[in-house]
Amino acid sequence: VSLDTSTSASPSRPRAPGALRVLAAMSGGVDSAVAAALLAEQGHDVTGVTLKLWCYGQSPLSPRACCTLDAIDDARAVARRMEFAHFVVEAEEVFRARVLQPFLDAYAGGRTPYPCALCNQNLKFGDLVARMALVGADRLATGHYARVERMPDGSWALLRARDAEKDQSYALALIPYDVLPRVLFPLGTLHKDEVRAHGERLSLSVWDKPESQDLCFVPDGDYAGFMVRNLGETRGTTPGAFVRHDGQRVGTHRGLIHYTVGQRRGLGISAAEPLYVLALDADANTVVVGPRAELDRPALVTERVNWLVPSPPPAGTQVTVQIRSHHTPADARIEPREDGCVEVVFERPQAAVTPGQLAVLYVGDRVIGGATIARAAGETLVVIGASDAGVETQPARRG
Amino acid sequence: VIYLDHNASTPVRPEAAEALRLALSDLSANPSSAHREGQRVRAAVETARSQVARLVGAMPSEVVFVSGGTEGDHAALIGAAWALEARGKRVAMSAIEHHAIHGAAEVLEKLSFAIEHLPVGADGRIDPATIDALPDDTTVIAVMLANNETGVIQPVAEIARRAAARGMRVVCDAVQAAGKIPIDAKALGADYLVISAHKLGGPKGIGALIVRGGAPFEPLQRGSSHERGRRGGTENVPGILAFGAAAEMAGRDLAAEHERLRALRDRFEDGVRAAVPGTVVHGAQSPRLPNTANLSCPGARSDHMLMALDAAGIGVSAGAACASGAVEPSPVLAAMGVPRHLAVCALRVSLGRTTTPADVDAAIAAFAECVVLARGIAAGVGAKA
Repeated sequence: VSLDTSTSASPSRPRAPGALRVLAAMSGGVDSAVAAALLAEQGHDVTGVTLKLWCYGQSPLSPRACCTLDAIDDARAVARRMEFAHFVVEAEEVFRARVLQPFLDAYAGGRTPYPCALCNQNLKFGDLVARMALVGADRLATGHYARVERMPDGSWALLRARDAEKDQSYALALIPYDVLPRVLFPLGTLHKDEVRAHGERLSLSVWDKPESQDLCFVPDGDYAGFMVRNLGETRGTTPGAFVRHDGQRVGTHRGLIHYTVGQRRGLGISAAEPLYVLALDADANTVVVGPRAELDRPALVTERVNWLVPSPPPAGTQVTVQIRSHHTPADARIEPREDGCVEVVFERPQAAVTPGQLAVLYVGDRVIGGATIARAAGETLVVIGASDAGVETQPARRG
Repeated sequence: VIYLDHNASTPVRPEAAEALRLALSDLSANPSSAHREGQRVRAAVETARSQVARLVGAMPSEVVFVSGGTEGDHAALIGAAWALEARGKRVAMSAIEHHAIHGAAEVLEKLSFAIEHLPVGADGRIDPATIDALPDDTTVIAVMLANNETGVIQPVAEIARRAAARGMRVVCDAVQAAGKIPIDAKALGADYLVISAHKLGGPKGIGALIVRGGAPFEPLQRGSSHERGRRGGTENVPGILAFGAAAEMAGRDLAAEHERLRALRDRFEDGVRAAVPGTVVHGAQSPRLPNTANLSCPGARSDHMLMALDAAGIGVSAGAACASGAVEPSPVLAAMGVPRHLAVCALRVSLGRTTTPADVDAAIAAFAECVVLARGIAAGVGAKA
C-alpha cells in the first residue's frame, strides 16, 4: 500500500500539504466523533460516514444505543460542527449476511458469538475500506481504542491502546492485515477522560453521551428475546435436557440460545453445589452442567486464524491469549496447524473456554492473530479449592 | 462545486435577492394595516401576486400565497376533498406523486377517506383513460405536471378534461414544471395548481396555491381574512416579493432557457451514454422537462456514485432517501417497472440557470471516472459474499 498522499481519485478538491484525505466511520458515539473531529482539527480532509445497518422504520431501537436515527443525527451534528461532509451509507445487506446471520447461526449451533469482531472485519474494515476509493481517501479512521504502528522490520502492527481499560484490540483481531497501513486510530494513545475532554473542548454535542455497553442491535441485552421476536429465529429455542458429564439428566433447559459456557445464573437447577454451564451440545440439544472446577480447560482449538503478522509464527511460540473481551490474558503457547487453525495450550487452565468467542493472540502489546474459538481441548483438570466467585462470562461486549 | 441539483433547489436570482433585501429594509409595515405604510406594502404584495399569476396564466385573485409546495399540496388536496365531502369521501392520486401529496392523502385517510392510486406506464406517464374507471364517488384527483425525479411531463390537460366530464376536480402539483415549461392554467384545466418559489430562483419558504375559477375550497389555516380568507396569517412579505421577482424573471427567460437547457441535458445524456455503455435514461421516450436527466449506469450503485461525485466536486441527487438519509431505490422508478438492479443505480441530474457547457463536460468526465470506482466497490463487496 502506497503512503503517497498525492494520488487521489478526486483531483478537483484541493488540500493542504501533508493533509490526508480521511474517511471517518462515525457511529454517533463520543469516541468516533472525537476521532473524526481531532483529524479535522488537525487539518485533514475528513469525510464522515455512518453505516446504516438496520431499517429503522420497522424496528425502533433504544435511543441510547448506537446505530439509531438519533445516533445518525448525532454524527451529522459533529460533522456540521467540524465543517466536514457526512454520508449515511447503506450497509443493511452486508450487515445481515455477514454479521446478523452468523450471529444467529452461532447461537443455533450452541456457540456464543462475538458479532462486534465480524462487524469490524466485514463492515468497518471491509465494506468501508472498499469505499475509500470513492472519495479518494488515503486513510480510514475509527474511534477504536487501539494503535497501529510500523515496526522496525517494516511490518505493520496492531497494538493495544494506551488506555488498558478501554483497549479494543480484541474486537479488531479479525481485520485483514493489509488494511493496517490504511487505518488511523486517533484515540489509541488517549485515555477515555481525555477523549471526553476533547469532545467538550471542541463543543461536540455528544461529548457527555452515555457509554453503550451492549450490542448496538440489541440495546436491552436480551439476545434470545431479540432473536426470537425480531428475527423470527426458531432454532435453538426447543427445550431439552440439562445433563451432567456422566449423562445424568438434572433438569430441563429453555433452549440453547439462552445459555453460554460459564453461566451459573438462571439455570433453575437445584443441586448440592453451584452448577455452571460447561458446554452446549447442539446435536443432542443438551446443556452440560457441572461444578466450577470442571470449567477449567487446559487448551483450545480455533477456527482459521487471521494473522496480523506478515507470516504465521513457528510452533511453540509463547503468547498471551485473551479468550473473551474482558478476560485477563493468559500465558500460552501456540501450535499452528496445516489447516490454518491453531491449538492454544494454556500455561494454567482457563475457565469457560467458549466456542464462538475469539481467541486473540498477543506478543506483548501486539496482536499477532485472532480466530474464533472452535472448541475447548484437553482433559478437564480438577483444581482443588477453586473459588465459587463466578466466572466473567459476559459474552459480547461491544468494540 | 458544480451544482447539478436544480430540481432540489435553485440559486436565488439576483432580482429576487434584491427584492428580499428591499422588503427587509424598507417594507416593514403589515400589508393589512390601513395606514399608508401598510398600503405601500400591500401594493408590493399585489404586484408580486400579479407576477406569480402571469407565470402560470392565472388571475391574480386566484393566487393564494402559502409556505411552499408541501403546504400548497396539503391545502389543495385536503381543502378540495373536504369541500366536496358531501359528494363522496374518495380521492385519487397518481403512483408517482410527490411526498407532499402522499402526506396530504395520509391525512385524508385518517379522516376515513378512501384513496385510489393511478398507475403509470413504463414511460413514466399516467394513462388518462384510468380516470374513466374511477369509482363515481371520487371527488378529487391529484396529478403532478412534471415528475421531480424523471422530469416526465404528465397528460394533465387530458386528465382534467376526462375528470371534468365526470364532475371530478383536479389538483396539479406543478412545483417542478413552473418556470421550466410554459404553463397556462386555463388551458391545463386543473382546478388547483401548486408552485414553489425556490424551484425557480426564489427563496425557500414561499409558494403559491392557485384556486381556479372559484373551485370548491375549505381553508385549513383560518383566523383572519388574509388571502381572501383562504389562508390565515400575516403574509411572508419578503418571500412574496422575492417570489414575484423570480417568477417574472423565470417567465422572461423561459423560452430561451428551455432550448439552452434541453441542448445541455441532451449533451450530458449523450456524453454519459457514450462514456458508459449500458447507461439507461429513465423516461427518455416521454416528453420531459428540459433540464432533468434520470439515469442508471448499471453496476454503479447510486449511494456510491453520490459519494464519489461529491468528492469530485459534482452535486447530484439519488432518487429517494429513507428516514436515516441513506439512499433507497426510488418508488417512482419502481412504479415505472424499472428493475431493482437498475433502480438502485439511478441518479438525478438537474441543470439550471447557472449551468454551463463546461459544467456538463466536467460532469460527463466525472461520471465516467466515478462509475469505474463505484463498480469496483460493487465487485469488491460482491467478491466477499
